[in-house]
Amino acid sequence: MREINVSKIKDAVTELCLKANFELRRDVLKALKSSIKNETSARAKNILKSIIENAVLAKKKHIAICQDTGAVFVYLAIGQDAALVGGDLANAIDDGVEEAYRKGCLRKSIVKGPFIRDNTGTNTPAFVVTDIAKGDKVKIAVSPKGFGSENKSAIKMFRPTASVEEIKEFILDVVKGAGPDACPPFILGIGIGGTFDKSAYLAKTALLRPIDEPSPSRHIAKLERELVKDINSLKLGPMGLGGRTTVLGVNISEAPTHIAGLPVAVNVSCHATRSAEKVL
Amino acid sequence: MISIKTPLTKEAIRNLKAGDEVLLSGVILTARDAAHKRIYDLIKRGKRIPLNLKDAVIYYCGPTPPMPGRAIGSCGPTTSSRMDAFTPEIINLGIGGMIGKGDRSEEVKRAIKRHKCVYFLATGGIGALLSTKVKSARPILFKELGAEAVYKLDVRDFPLIVGIDSNGKDVYDTAGWKKK
Repeated sequence: MREINVSKIKDAVTELCLKANFELRRDVLKALKSSIKNETSARAKNILKSIIENAVLAKKKHIAICQDTGAVFVYLAIGQDAALVGGDLANAIDDGVEEAYRKGCLRKSIVKGPFIRDNTGTNTPAFVVTDIAKGDKVKIAVSPKGFGSENKSAIKMFRPTASVEEIKEFILDVVKGAGPDACPPFILGIGIGGTFDKSAYLAKTALLRPIDEPSPSRHIAKLERELVKDINSLKLGPMGLGGRTTVLGVNISEAPTHIAGLPVAVNVSCHATRSAEKVL
Repeated sequence: MISIKTPLTKEAIRNLKAGDEVLLSGVILTARDAAHKRIYDLIKRGKRIPLNLKDAVIYYCGPTPPMPGRAIGSCGPTTSSRMDAFTPEIINLGIGGMIGKGDRSEEVKRAIKRHKCVYFLATGGIGALLSTKVKSARPILFKELGAEAVYKLDVRDFPLIVGIDSNGKDVYDTAGWKKK
């Protein structure tokens, strides 16, 4: 067994929270830059330019890209030959988040409960999912997720005989429902298959994949390309003020499912889709 | 580009048309979900509102705390539609305008038209850039709400687009896509 002290995980979570909030992802920035060339209206071009200008300023001056510094989603792939020692893992993750949000002057947006809405003051708890992986390493991905787009996300349980066209129509409806509110151009994380909860997990983790990296599965990559085209045909455009860029990327993950069902989850994310990761 | 100053009087608003690009200077007040609910509850209970909102501009924003030496942290708009249920009553208090992002309800649109105020759009997700337009910021009401408190912001050339003008015309109606 390889021992990893949880204090290293705490430090990594702090580092990744800060990086994600100050530095827009390389793939997202690249997509924004190339989308300017496709736009014809001055307004759409100007909005995209200001989004890029914002990213440059945020990185240089360490000001959060967006004031909604999010609910912190933490994904851990823990190698089965790694032993986590030196304390409680959940506490280490929350301590890492708390330190980043204090040091980085990031907004604390988490309340104690859905009805008792007192701010926890630390932006914790983080929302953690863990996978068991091969080997002795721990992969950590952190994604501060804004709620303007989270609020527009949806799950639908389809019949197992549903057509791809029906599924596409649902996804387009989710995008129309998100409309100008959720800061288009969007990035969509889509989970297809699994169970009710698994599809949401797939959708959320799909957002961690760079948008210039298609699904390794050929039929899913084809669906991703088709959805990008269909969604951009809606002409919602940057901030919903019209244009050719409604989506910057569509990432789909699929999983085995039950003979009676076909779950589809769509996690809507804004143009400021943020994440950072490292391996310990 | 049109430059305007607060307070937003009826005269200042009258000529603004949906889609116009505006640079706003002066004082704006932040208020988002929790502050709206509190003000709304005060109105419903017939209590005095501890804030003069006549010709005021309300900004749907919960900023990040400022780094040392800066006026404010990241400070972009939040989704306006979450305020829709409270907005007609807030408009009744005589406000001049609102700043947010996204669509509004038909009730809000009617209230804007009736009271001749204006709804501005700020670009979402560019809070770092918008922070450079804020010269000072201090919490003035519901301070215990933290980021959700009412902050008085002094802004210079804050970039906006007229979303709904005082005639009730909506920029999204002519943006080239169909509302759901």
